[in-house]
Amino acid sequence: MKTKLLSVVLPLLSVCSQISPIQAQDKSITIKGSDTMVLLGQRWAEVYMKKNPGSRIQVTGGGSGTGIAALINGTTDICEASRPMKDKEKEDAKAKRGAAVVEIPVAVDGLAIYLNSANPIKELSLDQIKGIYTGKITNWKDVGGKDGKIIAYSRENNSGTYAYFKEHVLANGDFHPTIQTLPGTSAVTNAVAKDPKSIGYGGIAYAKGIHHAMVKKDDSTPAVEPSMENVLSAKYPISRYLYWYTAGEPSGEMKKLVDWVLGPEGQKLVQEVGYYPLPKAAGDSTLASPAASKKKKK
Amino acid sequence: MNVNVPANRSELTIAHANSLSSHLTGARLKDFLFGKFILFNAVLAISTIFLIFIYVGKEAIPIFYDAETRKEASLHRLFAPQDYGSPDMPLPFVWQPVGEVPKYSVLPLFLGTLKVTIIALLFGAPLAIAAALYTAEFASHRVREIVKPVVELLAGIPSVVLGFLALIVFATWLQDLFGFDYRLNAVTAGIAMALAIIPIIYTVSEDALTSVPRTYREASLALGVAPWKTAWSVVLPAATPGIFAALILGFGRAMGETMVVLMASGNAAITSLRLTDSVRTISATIAAELGEVVFQSPHYYVLFFLGAMLFVLTFLLNMLGEYFVANLKRKLMGR
Repeated sequence: MKTKLLSVVLPLLSVCSQISPIQAQDKSITIKGSDTMVLLGQRWAEVYMKKNPGSRIQVTGGGSGTGIAALINGTTDICEASRPMKDKEKEDAKAKRGAAVVEIPVAVDGLAIYLNSANPIKELSLDQIKGIYTGKITNWKDVGGKDGKIIAYSRENNSGTYAYFKEHVLANGDFHPTIQTLPGTSAVTNAVAKDPKSIGYGGIAYAKGIHHAMVKKDDSTPAVEPSMENVLSAKYPISRYLYWYTAGEPSGEMKKLVDWVLGPEGQKLVQEVGYYPLPKAAGDSTLASPAASKKKKK
Repeated sequence: MNVNVPANRSELTIAHANSLSSHLTGARLKDFLFGKFILFNAVLAISTIFLIFIYVGKEAIPIFYDAETRKEASLHRLFAPQDYGSPDMPLPFVWQPVGEVPKYSVLPLFLGTLKVTIIALLFGAPLAIAAALYTAEFASHRVREIVKPVVELLAGIPSVVLGFLALIVFATWLQDLFGFDYRLNAVTAGIAMALAIIPIIYTVSEDALTSVPRTYREASLALGVAPWKTAWSVVLPAATPGIFAALILGFGRAMGETMVVLMASGNAAITSLRLTDSVRTISATIAAELGEVVFQSPHYYVLFFLGAMLFVLTFLLNMLGEYFVANLKRKLMGR
C-alpha cells in the first residue's frame, strides 16, 4: 500500500514542481516517448532486466512530443522519438538540463500505407498519397480504384509519425481538415480494417490484418514493398530512423543499456518486434542519415 | 423488600438521568465537531473549484499579452476567417497548430462541440423526459423502484466504456444502417453521448415532475380529464422550468464530455454544418494535444484559453439550470 501510494505521489511531485531531474545513479532508468517505439522499448527493457538483475527500467509511451517535453523538463532519462528533435527543442533541453542532447539512432522503421484488405489497389505513388492527405484526391477512382469516397485516417499531432509524414510525404503541407485523427497507430489500423474505403499510415510493426500499399517515389520508379531489404537500401521512399535521446553523454548504467541496445542482442530484438536493425556500417546506407535530416527551422 | 424496590428505582432514575446528561453533552460535542468537519469539507470543495478556476485563467490570460502568442494566435486569428496565402490551404478556418505556419481557428472546434451536443440532446432528451414522465405519472410503485435506479445506474458507466462501445460497435451499426461516408462522425458520437446525459436529464426531470403538487392532478382528474391528458397538459407544463433546467444541465455535461468524443467523433476539425461529417470538439482537442504541447508556448496558452472558455460556458449553463430549478419551486409553492 505504501509503495503504491509512493509510486503515485512521486511522479506527481516531480511533474508538478519539476524538481531536480532523476539521476541515473539510482539504477532506475525511465524511458518515455514515441508510441511507435513503446513496444520495442518494453521488449528491450524486459530482456535487459532479465540479463542484469537489479537494474530497473520503466518504459512509457505518450508520443514523441511528450517524450521530448519530458526530456526537456527532466522527468525522463531517455526519450524515445520517432522523429529527430528540432533545434529549438535541443536548445530548450540544453538550457534546462545543462547538458547538450545526445542523439542515438537505435533502429530503422518504414512507414507503411495501410489499405483495407478488400481494397483492390496495390500501389500508390508519393504524389498520390500527398494528394489524398491534402484533400486534392477524394475518390478512389482517381488513383485507379473503384468509385468511392476516400476516408483517410491520420495520427494526433503529438505523434512523431504525424510529424514525419507531414514533413516527408506532404512536404510540410497541411493535412486537409477532413482527415480524421485517431489516438495511436493501433486505432488507425483498427479503423482501416473496418472500412473498405479507408486509408491510413503508421509503423510497419503494427500493421496486421490489413494490406500495405506498395509505394513508388515517382511515376518512373517501380513500386516497392516496405520490406526490410527495401527499407534498408532506401528503395522504399518513406523510411526513417528511430531515436533515443539523452541529456548529456550517457554514463554508468545508462551507457551499459545504450551499448547493449546498439549491440547484436539489442538489434536482434529490433527485428523480432518488427522494425529493422541499424545498417551495419552507417556509410552503407543511402537512407537519409540522421545528421542530414536535421531540420532547419524557418 | 417492599421498601427497597422504590429506593432502588429512584437510584436507578438518578443514575439514568446522570448518564443521560453526560451522554447529551457528549452528543453535543460530537454534533459540533461533525458540523465543523462538514463545513471544512464544503469550504475545501469550493476553494478547490475556485483554485482550478484561477489556475486555468492564469494560464489562459497570456493569450492577451504574451508577444509571441499574440503574433501566432491573436484573438483575430482564433475567431476571424484567415487567408493563409497558400494554394494548398484555401480554407478560411483551419485548426492545425503543429506545422510551419500554425493555424489556430477555433471556429471548427466550437462548431464541432455544438454539433455533437445538439445531437446528443435531440436524441437523449425526448427519451429521458418520456421516461421521467412514465415513472412519475404512470408506473406502479414496484416498476418505479426498479426503473429509476437502473436509469440512474447509466450515469455510473465510465465514459471510456461508452466511447469504446461507440467506436467498435455503434459506428459499424450506424454506418450499415444509414450508409454514412465517415464511420466516425458527429451522429455516432452524439448518440453515444446521449447515453451519458440521459441519466442527468432523467433524474432532474423526474424530480421536477414528482414535485408538482397532487392537487393539480386531482383537480384535473376530478374534471374528468384522462390520465395521459392530465400528465401531458397539466403536470408537464407545471414542471417546465425543472425540465428546462434538466436540459441545460445535460447540455453542460455534454459539452464537457471528453472520452466519448475523443474516441468516436473522428477528430477532424471540419467547418461544416453537415451532421454526418467527422467533428473535433474542444474537450477532445485539449485531451489529445495538451499532453504533448511545449510548456508555455502559444499552442499551450491557446489550449488553456479553450479550457477556460469551456469552463465559463458550463459554469454559466449550470447557474442558469439552478436558477430555473429555484424558479420552479417558487412557482409551485404559489409565490
